Amino acid sequence: MTTTTVDRRGFLRATALTGGGLMLASYFKPAEAAALAAASGAADVFQPNAFIKIMPDGAVTILSKNPEIGQGVKTMLPMLIAEELDVEWEKVTIEQAIADQASFGQQFAGGSMATPLNYDNMRQVGAAGRQMLLAAAAKTWNVPVSELTTTPGVVHHRGSRRQLSYGELTTAAASVPAPELDKVAVKDPKEFRIVGKPIPGVDNPKIVSGKPLYGIDVTVPGMLYAVFQKCPVYGGKVASANLDRIRTMPGVKHAFVVEGGTDPAGLFPGVAIVADSWWLAESARRKLEVRWDEGETRSQSSAGFAARAKELGGGAPERVLFSEGDADGALAGAAHVVEAAYSYPFIAHAPMEPQNCTAHAKADGTVEIWAPSQTPERGRAVVAQTLSIPQSSITIHLTRIGGGFGRRLYNDFMAEAAWISKQAGAPVKLLWTREDDMGHDLYRPGGFHFLKAGVDRSGKVVAWKNHFVSFGRGFDGLAADEKDLRQLFGRFAPSSTMSPYEFPSRFVPNFSYGASLMPLGVPTGALRAPGSNAIAFVMHSFIDELAHAAGVDQVKFRLDLLGQPRMVTTPEGQPVYDAARMRGVLELVAEKSGWGRSLPKGHGLGVGFHYSHRGYFAEVVEVATNGSDEFRVEKVWVAGDIGRQIINPSNAMNQAQGAALDGISEALGQEITIDGGRAVESNFHDFPLLRLAQAPPVEVHFNVTDNPPTGLGEPALPPVVPALCNALFAATGKRVRALPLSKQGFRWTA
Amino acid sequence: MAISLTVNGISHSVEAPPDMPLLWVLRDILDLKGTKFGCGVGQCGACTVHLNGAAVRSCSMPVAAVANATITTIEGLSPDATHPLQLAWQELDVPQCGYCQAGQIMSAAALLARNGKPTDADINAAMNGNLCRCATYLRIRTAIHRASAIAAGDATSTLGSSSGASGANR
Repeated sequence: MTTTTVDRRGFLRATALTGGGLMLASYFKPAEAAALAAASGAADVFQPNAFIKIMPDGAVTILSKNPEIGQGVKTMLPMLIAEELDVEWEKVTIEQAIADQASFGQQFAGGSMATPLNYDNMRQVGAAGRQMLLAAAAKTWNVPVSELTTTPGVVHHRGSRRQLSYGELTTAAASVPAPELDKVAVKDPKEFRIVGKPIPGVDNPKIVSGKPLYGIDVTVPGMLYAVFQKCPVYGGKVASANLDRIRTMPGVKHAFVVEGGTDPAGLFPGVAIVADSWWLAESARRKLEVRWDEGETRSQSSAGFAARAKELGGGAPERVLFSEGDADGALAGAAHVVEAAYSYPFIAHAPMEPQNCTAHAKADGTVEIWAPSQTPERGRAVVAQTLSIPQSSITIHLTRIGGGFGRRLYNDFMAEAAWISKQAGAPVKLLWTREDDMGHDLYRPGGFHFLKAGVDRSGKVVAWKNHFVSFGRGFDGLAADEKDLRQLFGRFAPSSTMSPYEFPSRFVPNFSYGASLMPLGVPTGALRAPGSNAIAFVMHSFIDELAHAAGVDQVKFRLDLLGQPRMVTTPEGQPVYDAARMRGVLELVAEKSGWGRSLPKGHGLGVGFHYSHRGYFAEVVEVATNGSDEFRVEKVWVAGDIGRQIINPSNAMNQAQGAALDGISEALGQEITIDGGRAVESNFHDFPLLRLAQAPPVEVHFNVTDNPPTGLGEPALPPVVPALCNALFAATGKRVRALPLSKQGFRWTA
Repeated sequence: MAISLTVNGISHSVEAPPDMPLLWVLRDILDLKGTKFGCGVGQCGACTVHLNGAAVRSCSMPVAAVANATITTIEGLSPDATHPLQLAWQELDVPQCGYCQAGQIMSAAALLARNGKPTDADINAAMNGNLCRCATYLRIRTAIHRASAIAAGDATSTLGSSSGASGANR
């Protein structure tokens, strides 16, 4: 996550954050604690930092800093604080923090980073609060801190059998100097009472009773409702529109053209309609007639990309990004040579809550925003730029989010709502339709891989060549020996890159990876497990082909490819892949799935593994088929290694199961087809999600290893796609080299 | 146009265009935000409410067509979130993002009202119109069975055993 979009103050803090615990030290200064206490208006409220508030009656409030998109951080981050503060979880009130990096440090939902970035820091936040309460009790009783202990919410002096509740200590604790966070001792994990226990989501009571929680639920006094019509062809501009007619429609208050710019994550051109109610705005839009200046992207199509990719794939890559050994030489001497072309389509994010944002551009020049955003600080920068106002004039409230999946890393809806509110001179809730959402995503980009590999007589992969045909502006003007990945990746369209060290790079002695890029006018961006959600399919399907050609068992072939348990590095020695951890989950999933067992007629087992977002996952899928084109998924086994601590086992299970089913959903029937520079699919009838009747059991196992705890929103997804396709091959003999399955002759049957 | 509706036991006379879907009457006129907008075409089930006891998609139901009907939304399923489904959903920690869950619960409630002990096949059929983008389907299925048991008087809590870490670590 870059820090380039935050203001100077935030930048300094964010920079400190990359160094570690300094982040929290910086917003835990005694001066700030005093200011917080003063701001709370009560001298007897203990507020040691922005995260914790303890009232004289003992009521504890913990703020959760990151956006909640369904990944469980609103429960998980406060669990870490509560554990170390030593309070009863059931008695803690959890509140969502507003966007304020100066107080809370980085606030974003992306990259499965909440755990790696916060596991230590949030524990230290809680431990520091407890340490201050201990110090306050020691001073009150005039005893050494070393003689004090806590039970949840209470400080004890065992020697004298005295005790004081946290609430009774708030006044004394408020004058205790705050410790430096990175020097605060935390618990031995063996003592955990909250972390490691299955804790239900803190918003569940509100969710099951329909209380307002989400961006779409926000109501502001005097609020108007807006729809925003953009050109179906990405980046197209408004030539003319029948605004005079629209302005006469019932309930319509404003209708205007937005000139906009060229950034799909900012304010695109379009027509805004603002009305008394959303339904009236939407009804007026159905009478809207716009003549568009569609621009160059109208000439682009999925069919055109595929044809061009085939041409490019037949030749040499525009640029070789990484090679070692002699791939061509090794291929010439290999016992088995396999060549195959793989591809995958564009996909939409399709979160259940359509994009929306409520904004109030006020007469005094300030702007207040309620946003379901995964990156509120990036949104702040986009709004500031769009309205030409300072970032400090913008207040952003974080709402619960009805699904992220990466879509809300981009804040186009914030820019639109802020602009429309300013033009309308009133608070405005902007709400997209599902068709807006599907037609104006920043899609998971499609891609094409032209692969050739060789296996020797012993079953060892000796050569691997991949010509990746992707999207971007090309490599013209880059130095021939440019090695800086940021420079190279900067030439690709967003999220259409692949690392030179993507598996099996560094595992095959003779290796060559090159890329050719096609121009793209369609916006692209990160979808849950970006890159990996497509690359795992390609790599592990092709590895399956190699094992099959060599006549070696699929699990054994992969264990041999992983080789000795070791940390695999770049040629410069940077660690990139822990072969021991991947072997661990592969062996575990093979054991749990009964790999090698005899199967009923028409059934097949497939396996795949993938490392992404610091997590190691191997998965097995069992399919039942009619021997040819009809199938269903019987069961999925997931084995994951995300380090030494599963913070919330209930959520961990839910995330892993959901990710595996999400991957199956993508593989079954999802494609955004580009035709005439626009998306063909528009709603769930032609962009299907998995349904309940299709969901197989997903058995999840964690291999607990002595590594730092890492995130789980993403890494369980990628391996299921090749595992499914490999299972179909095992059952039917049909190799899947392009997705979705529904367009490869496969049909789901109950 | 004034249209009479009974929502969660309260009679309302609402001024709305006749073609305004019930969903928007509920959300933006009656300020009942629990019923969600997902697709607008009856494909996802996020907007599910009960119309005279049957689960329907409120996004595709013009308000004029439901005049004088009795409507129940998630807010009216129980006075204090103690419907067996609401209890089971919390006990099993079903939600991820949670956005679809009101619709899921309303579809499940209509199922349990007519079939107190549904089979997996009954659940498949009744819940087929409700999408969950987070794919919490396994817990939804378990929670419907659990709600059935709660309604029959089984008070044993299940979070630690069926959805927690059991058998998961080694």
